[in-house]
Amino acid sequence: MNSTERRRLLTNKIVLALSTISALLGLVFLFWILITLFLKGVSALDFSLFTKDLVDGGLRNLIFGQFMMALMATIIGVPLGMLAGIYLREYGNGKYANIIRDLSDIMMSAPSIVIGAFVFAVFVAPFGGINGWAGSIALAIMLIPIVVSTTDNMLSLVPKELREAGIALGGSKHKVILQIILKAAKIGLMTGILLAFARVIGETAPLLFTSGTNSFWSTDLGNAFPSLTVSIYDLANFPTDKARDLAWAASFLLTVIVLVINLTGRFIIRDKG
Amino acid sequence: MAKELIMDIKDFSFKYAGAPKPSLANINMPVYKNKITAMIGPSGCGKSTLLRSMNRIHDLYPNNEYTGEINLLNIQSDEFENILDIKKENDFIRLRQRVGMIFQKPTPFPMSIYDNVAYGLRLDGVKNKNILDEKVETALRGAAIWDECKDRLKESAMGMSGGQQQRLCIARAVALKPEVILFDEPTSALDPISTKAIEELISELKKDISIVIVTHNMQQASRLSDYTAFMYIGELIEYNKTEKIFLNPKEKLTEDYITGRFG
Repeated sequence: MNSTERRRLLTNKIVLALSTISALLGLVFLFWILITLFLKGVSALDFSLFTKDLVDGGLRNLIFGQFMMALMATIIGVPLGMLAGIYLREYGNGKYANIIRDLSDIMMSAPSIVIGAFVFAVFVAPFGGINGWAGSIALAIMLIPIVVSTTDNMLSLVPKELREAGIALGGSKHKVILQIILKAAKIGLMTGILLAFARVIGETAPLLFTSGTNSFWSTDLGNAFPSLTVSIYDLANFPTDKARDLAWAASFLLTVIVLVINLTGRFIIRDKG
Repeated sequence: MAKELIMDIKDFSFKYAGAPKPSLANINMPVYKNKITAMIGPSGCGKSTLLRSMNRIHDLYPNNEYTGEINLLNIQSDEFENILDIKKENDFIRLRQRVGMIFQKPTPFPMSIYDNVAYGLRLDGVKNKNILDEKVETALRGAAIWDECKDRLKESAMGMSGGQQQRLCIARAVALKPEVILFDEPTSALDPISTKAIEELISELKKDISIVIVTHNMQQASRLSDYTAFMYIGELIEYNKTEKIFLNPKEKLTEDYITGRFG
């Protein structure tokens, strides 16, 4: 073995060792978080958390509220995002479409607190107080660019021959898109929506001063609305063990919810994609 | 114009959006009624471009330029109409109902076998269940695939084999009772047995429908077609009865191509 070969082997070993250590370091923190969450969360977990509201030491209203706002965000955001995605892929061409695509991508990485501040200025301040609608809208603003990008990407995977085949049978463009192309991309689109839902349901910053949270059971989106994430933030700062235990249990539940939705999405992709 | 023509292409040129020069120049070619016309030539010669002009599927993409005439016989009035004059969406839809198209890869829609065949009919406004049932069956029989799928009409078309999918696509086109069907290399993605089935089907179809087929396979062109057009770099080099093209070509270029001297 000459010196060049020895040097290559040595470099190879060093790079391998460094990257392995880095990967392990990352995983250590991930598992540390998960294990801490699991230990503290499970020990604080109790069936009564699901039957009582925060005011009685439970989480029922918070879980419902968080789901409700994420669901409203999906109902508001998915049609808008999908239509925009359809425009970008099927109708838009050239400069304008590219500008919108870039703006949407930038929106995706906008700090969520900024979106919260914007919604506060537009939908909270003029209406005299925090409310569930404002929280839903803030989450919808986070969700739209994700849905735009998913729709755009999933439609690009549908072969152009399928569009041509629809047109060749006497279809008009919008009918071919609605009846064939969206159907062909259905699984990808559904998965994208699921992952976008998972992404916004775990958000705190956009809700912090839009929906706030509420200790009582509420279905009225016009007022302060119960939020699991905002309550975790409040409870963690509360100087009693009971509050901190509740925060741990809530964090654990939130993690499980997000994880389950994510895994479902990934499972569908692997199964059908 | 002679009575036996279904289509007559005159001084036709075509330029793709943004291309520096035309992809097709001064094409003059007849398409005879109830005959099979094959278009052969090396890759990039413009045969698919010409085929895709015949139902103006190019118009799905903006800013392509056509000049010349592609005249299509209107069976009712027995007069020719230049399809390049079409501007309104309804007229485009009518054109595509009259001139069907089959693609290289089978393009089944992600729906049931029945709904695939009914798709064009429903677009055309057929709503009555009995009429639909009848037309779907006739089309599937016409495409020689009825026996294979009559018991699974409600199953997804995506589960069929490639050859079956291609015959389903033909059934889908036939259902609209078109005057012409354009085939763009319909068997190049299929195995030899499926290819044979499709070729037999195409020969059968010409009783009612005029056929134009683009193919890379010269045996296929010689087996199947009545007329053959040989194209090279955007020009129609030679057009004649198939046996003349293959046995006694007039042009040196045609002879070189069909004897495999270039390809």
